Amino acid sequence: MGDLSEEKLKELELKAVKIRELIISMLVEAGSGHSAGPLGMADIFTAFYFHILNHNPKNPNLVDRDRLILSNGHIVPVRYATMALAGYFPIEELKTLRKINSRLQGHPHAGSLPGLETTSGPLGEGLSQAIGISLAAKLDGKKFHTYCLTSDGEHQEGNTWEAVMFAGKHKINNLTNIIDRNNIQIDGFTEDVMPLEPLREKYEAFNWHVLEIDGNNIRAFVDAVRVARAIYEKPVCIIAHTIPGKGVDFMEKDFHWHGMPPDKKQAKKALSELRTLQGKIVSEHE
Amino acid sequence: MLNPYLKLNPKIFDKDVEKKATRDGYGEALIELGENPNVVVLTGDLSESTRCEEFAEKFPERFFEVGVAEQNMAAIAAGLAEGGKIPFISSYAAFSPGKNWETIRTTIIYNHSNVKIAGHHAGIMTGPDGATHQATEDIAITRPWPGIQILVACDSIEAKKATIEAAKIKGPVYLRYSRDKSPIITTEGTPFELGKLQTFWLSENPQVSIFATGYILYYALLAAKELEEEGIKSLVLNVSTIKPADEKGIIAAVKETGAVVTVEDHQVAGGLGGLISEILAKNFPAPIEFIGLQDTFAESGKPEELIEKYGMGKNAIKKAVKKVLKRSV
Repeated sequence: MGDLSEEKLKELELKAVKIRELIISMLVEAGSGHSAGPLGMADIFTAFYFHILNHNPKNPNLVDRDRLILSNGHIVPVRYATMALAGYFPIEELKTLRKINSRLQGHPHAGSLPGLETTSGPLGEGLSQAIGISLAAKLDGKKFHTYCLTSDGEHQEGNTWEAVMFAGKHKINNLTNIIDRNNIQIDGFTEDVMPLEPLREKYEAFNWHVLEIDGNNIRAFVDAVRVARAIYEKPVCIIAHTIPGKGVDFMEKDFHWHGMPPDKKQAKKALSELRTLQGKIVSEHE
Repeated sequence: MLNPYLKLNPKIFDKDVEKKATRDGYGEALIELGENPNVVVLTGDLSESTRCEEFAEKFPERFFEVGVAEQNMAAIAAGLAEGGKIPFISSYAAFSPGKNWETIRTTIIYNHSNVKIAGHHAGIMTGPDGATHQATEDIAITRPWPGIQILVACDSIEAKKATIEAAKIKGPVYLRYSRDKSPIITTEGTPFELGKLQTFWLSENPQVSIFATGYILYYALLAAKELEEEGIKSLVLNVSTIKPADEKGIIAAVKETGAVVTVEDHQVAGGLGGLISEILAKNFPAPIEFIGLQDTFAESGKPEELIEKYGMGKNAIKKAVKKVLKRSV
């Protein structure tokens, strides 16, 4: 990973916009799927595929590639969009999301598309898999780094904490966990459904090092990853605060997702509108 | 009579027949497998009872203690397999694949991952711990998984061979082991044939085919011997590979007799009985009686007592044979 010049940063920001467009058109074509999470994570995915990861789109099985594990598999549309833009497969193929005979399964299936690394969808299993990959790398003296993307909501799954405990015990320092802290889940705000706070302190209690950043700020994220990679005495967790639905005009203007909304009823309606992109798709959870 | 070609234990019907637990076969196999630098072993706080301790001492950098966390154990194994390792995950079958069924499905089965799932303390033979620890539905819940191979050894010697064989298979394998010492039925010279039925007890003009899986095969042999003395001829088949099943072998064995009894330390629903029924219904319907747990939980007790109480012993098998013969033409 080289330095991030102002020029490179602008390039990345433009790419993120393009990825958001691809996500929206992909979902409208598919007619179903998740929108808020993918849109919120577009900046982080851009940073990964166009700056951070050691990888080769023309060789997804590159032996010493960095591994990017997506635990919250439902946001895979952002991964597909980013991979297409990066050259893993033609952009036109994005139209096949969720359709029969497609390589782009509704939730990522490693066997269907080279470059996905793992299969996920049921929450709470990715961090464990990432740990297994990191352990194998250590056994073989491999130097690549493994990044695991998790959602805040999936921290309600007990097996997430099994993984967190294990990584703390083994000081797995060739692994970085990035939490998409967007505060929402299916039934509402995470802090209403099953509160996660204090999340930072929980991870620290399990002997992790925690960084917190604005997940929609590419430079902040890249800097955090640089710090994470330099820390070797503990596994590192980056809590990335993101705005769900980020970049979608009608949402950004109408509604603020930082902190509590003024009206819970409005919040539900807006969330539903975002989930269905104003009626153009069927949200998974309607 | 015992099949002379299989080099079975000639002392099998002795009162003091040698007894050894199938889980010991697992432990011994792991030591041999440990010579392969890619074999790794994980356990969920059960290293002694699942016989991983020796491997842990000999190959500490390839042994992972995950604590009481079976879902984590399964998914970490999936990650290790992704990294080219051959992981064996060890716990009680009630918890693995019990508790972590979905984790295994998503991270191992759906990816045809090279993970070997060792389900210990299977069946009511687990004894005093009681029903919570006696896995009695594990074959039923793993059989439907596409691509899984399921091996259930009849004794400790076969268990060691099956475990070693599992490491050679490319893909997920479920292996079932029991807690208590059980009679040695085979010998080192008995071939282990993956995916093949073996006839352990032969008769001329047999009237009934008794399929058994696991240590409980011993009771089927006892029953067959006594039935012969009573003038009833039978075949006893060792089903050591539940999946992929030896369909041809099973059909052939039933064509010889036209009547079937299945014997397993498992619920009668969905395990060996279900497997045989499915194959026969499609190809060669025959009357069938099921020996196993009759849709009930067992309880704490000594294995021999439980086997008797829950209708799975030698006498229950004999009774089932006589019952099915009444229905067969």
